[in-house]
This record gives sequence, C-alpha cells and structure tokens, in this order.
Amino acid sequence: MTKVLDIPKVNAKNMTEKEFFYGHKACAGCGGSIAVRLALKVLGERTYSALPAGCMSAVGFIYPQMAFNSNAIITTFPGSASMAAGIAAGAKALGQKDFKTVVFAGDGGTADIGFQALSGMIDRNDDVLYICYDNEAYMNTGIQKSGLTPYGTKTTTTPAGQNIPGTITHKKNLFEIIAAHDIAYAATASIGYPQDFINKVNKAKHVKGATFIHVYASCPTGWGTPTETSVEIAKDAVDAGLIFLAEYEDGEYKLNRNPKEFKSVEEYLKKQGRFKHMSDADIQCVIENRDKKWERMRKNWL
Amino acid sequence: MVSGKLVKRLTNDQLTNDQIIEKMSRPKHTEYKTPTHIDDYPTGPQYEAGFLPEKNAGWRTFKPVVNHDECIYCLRCYLLCPDGTIMKDNGKIKIDMDYCKGCGVCAHECPKDAIEMVKE
Ligand SMILES: Cc1ncc(C[n+]2csc(CCOP(=O)(O)OP(=O)(O)O)c2C)c(N)n1
Ligand code: SF4
Ligand code: SF4
Ligand code: SF4
Ligand SMILES: [Mg+2]
Repeated sequence: MTKVLDIPKVNAKNMTEKEFFYGHKACAGCGGSIAVRLALKVLGERTYSALPAGCMSAVGFIYPQMAFNSNAIITTFPGSASMAAGIAAGAKALGQKDFKTVVFAGDGGTADIGFQALSGMIDRNDDVLYICYDNEAYMNTGIQKSGLTPYGTKTTTTPAGQNIPGTITHKKNLFEIIAAHDIAYAATASIGYPQDFINKVNKAKHVKGATFIHVYASCPTGWGTPTETSVEIAKDAVDAGLIFLAEYEDGEYKLNRNPKEFKSVEEYLKKQGRFKHMSDADIQCVIENRDKKWERMRKNWL
Repeated sequence: MVSGKLVKRLTNDQLTNDQIIEKMSRPKHTEYKTPTHIDDYPTGPQYEAGFLPEKNAGWRTFKPVVNHDECIYCLRCYLLCPDGTIMKDNGKIKIDMDYCKGCGVCAHECPKDAIEMVKE
C-alpha cells in the first residue's frame, strides 16, 4: 500500500497554477465546483474525467463552450464508472503512462443510478478514482430526493407538510457500502476541510486500482443558503457530527476526526432553507441517528 | 489548446493576455465556426456560443475588492474560490473579473477580512 509519507504534499502554495475547470456555469458559490476544481488541480494535466448527467456536467459542457481544460466526457447517467473503466483500459492499451482517470458524479448518480456500474468497477479493481460530490439531492433536475438526502430535508419529491416532515429516511451508508467491496482505498471528505480533501485525492492518485472519495459539497441553490457560506456550511456539517471524515485502507476503517463535542445540530439545520420547517422532534430524530452512528464508529473505527 | 511551456514569472500587468491564459489555462475566446472536420470540434474552454454569455462577469451584483495592506497571502481565498478566478501574482492575489461571479466565498473565508464585497 502507498505510504502517505512517500507522497509529495499538495497545498495552496505548491499546487499547479493551471485551472482545469474554468468559466463553468455553476451557480455562484457552488460547492460541487470547488470539489471538482481542487481535485483536478491535484490530479494534474494528464487526467481523463468522466461525468454522468448532473450539475457538474451540465455546467461544464455547454456546446460549444467547454469548461474542462483536460480531457473530459459526459457519460450515460448509470454508466460513468464503466465508461471510466473503459477509458482507463483504452489509455493503457495505447501504452499511455502516468495518467489518471477520474469520475465526478453526484449523490444521485452514485448512490442510486450509477451504483451498479460503480460496484462492478470496484469489483474488477479498474484503475479509476471515483469521486462522489454529495449535495444531498438530484439538484440539476430541480431538487429531488436521492438515497443520500438526509432526514427532514424538504425536496420537490418529499415536500414538508402535514403528512410528512420532508424526507423520512436517513442517508444511505455509502462509505461503508463501498468499503464492503474491500476496495484498496476509500475516504469521506468535505469541502469545509479542503486540505483534508486534497490530501485524500492526492493519496488516491497514487493508488493503482479502484479508489473512492465521498465529498460533501454544498449547494446554495438547492439548500437555501447564502452563496458566501458554502464552505462554512460544509464545515459546520462535520463539526455538528452529521458528516464524518474517515478512511478505509488495508481492510481497516480509520476515523480521521473525533471531536470531543459536537457543534449544534439545530444551528446547522436552521441556517438552511431546506430544513427550516423541522420541528424539535424532527431535529431530535437527526441527533439520535447521529449519536447511534458515532457510537458504532467510535467502537469499531478508532 | 494552450501548450504546456512555462511562462517567465512577471507581474500580470506585464503579462500579455496570452501569457496569463497560458499560465492558468484561462479561456481563450475564439469565434465558433460550424465544424467541418473532427479536428474543428471545440477542445478548449470557451467559444462564443450566442446563447449564453461566454464570460461570467455579468452574474455579479457585488464584486470582491482586495485590500493588499491587510492580505497576508495565506491563499485561503485562492484555494476556495469555486471558479478558480483568483490568481497568484508575485506574492499578491489578483482576481480575474471576467469570470468572478461575485459569490463572496473569498471575502467570507478570508482570515484577515482583507476582501470586501462592493456593489457594482
Ligand atoms: C437515465 C437518466 N435518468 C434521468 C436523467 C435526468 N437527470 C439529469 S441530471 C439529474 C440529477 C442528478 O443528480 P445528482 O447525481 O445528485 O447530481 P447533481 O445534479 O445533484 O449534481 C437527473 C435526474 C438523465 N439524464 N438520465
Ligand atoms: S444547483 Fe447546486 S450543485 Fe448545481 S450548480 Fe447550482 S449550486 Fe452547484
Ligand atoms: S484569504 Fe485573505 S489574507 Fe489570505 S490570501 Fe486571500 S485575501 Fe489574502
Ligand atoms: S467572489 Fe466568488 S468567484 Fe469571485 S473571486 Fe471571490 S470566491 Fe471567486
Ligand atoms: Mg446531487
């Protein structure tokens, strides 16, 4: 396994000045575009990107405008992992060396629609880094609930009203589902902790074979948050314990951040239009679910 | 497409537009012509499309203004700009106002409050 110590560190000071995702039409303050931009800067010029339908492809490829500065392709919605696997195999067959293939897919495109192809990609151990930017709903089609939409979220398919308090399910355990494939490297991250995200992309870059990063990426438009708070809110989610930072490597889980005290869940929720309607009982339900998860993680992942 | 050769470090005021484009892969504005050969299909960033603005400056209501006396060049704004419009310029940051959308992330995240959002 690649040792972190052997990998040259990448940070704001030494990263390439080239931009590989530039002039895109994402909403102002889009967190997904921070994730894509930073990952591409870490991966460098010799990168093939594959993006299924979703915001990042919709804002990146508007023919004849092209916001990607390295090779990039839009894939079928369910097939990004298989198309990326094909790209990696094709480049290898052409004798290309020193390149990386990456997928940027949304939460819907990963946890629901693209899941079968992703599972196959990991099973075959194709040389692809799969990055899921999680904005917690199908944003590009107007905010529908996905398997990663958290409890209480108001979406157009789970409206909050007298019958239901918005979304009535909790997020899928995507990271653990991926780890259960016994993947070489998987991690969770948040754009609220950008250096941690960069380190994880950098680590995955140096692993041969299938790797996976689940990055929490705010969406001011779909979440009802001011554009300037996109990074703050993604950090708040981690500090409130609703998003955790962890890695899976060599068959072991590792919890990267284990705060003694969590920040207020209620404050985090009330900052966002999508949670504004939530009652005290609903907030309690979110907290109880968080605590159950942390009890399990602390017992097994430390 | 831009080529990979290195650009001599000059301040951006001294750099020609082509050199800035090369340094940070900024979009090169090229007139769009209907492709007649596969080689004519767009592979670089921005063409004039006719249906969308090719520059994003028009999205802004507020623009970031940097106070260089307060800035400690920590590069947090550079790291977090969703649009990558903040450039390094010999120990100073400089913003590409053609593509900045005025989101305010840079100002909000600056540890020194060295960026102010000013109404355009
Ligand atoms: C097979 C198929 N089904 C549905 C769509 C419509 N569609 C396009 S983007 C999108 C939402 C994607 O959501 P997500 O993957 O979470 O990415 P986001 O837009 O949130 O970035 C949907 C449903 C499609 N393009 N193809
Ligand atoms: S809807 Fe959300 S994810 Fe999509 S471009 Fe806008 S801010 Fe980004
Ligand atoms: S975040 Fe503030 S202090 Fe740091 S480089 Fe940007 S303007 Fe300067
Ligand atoms: S206002 Fe937003 S787009 Fe403009 S430089 Fe700051 S972070 Fe970048
Ligand atoms: Mg989504």
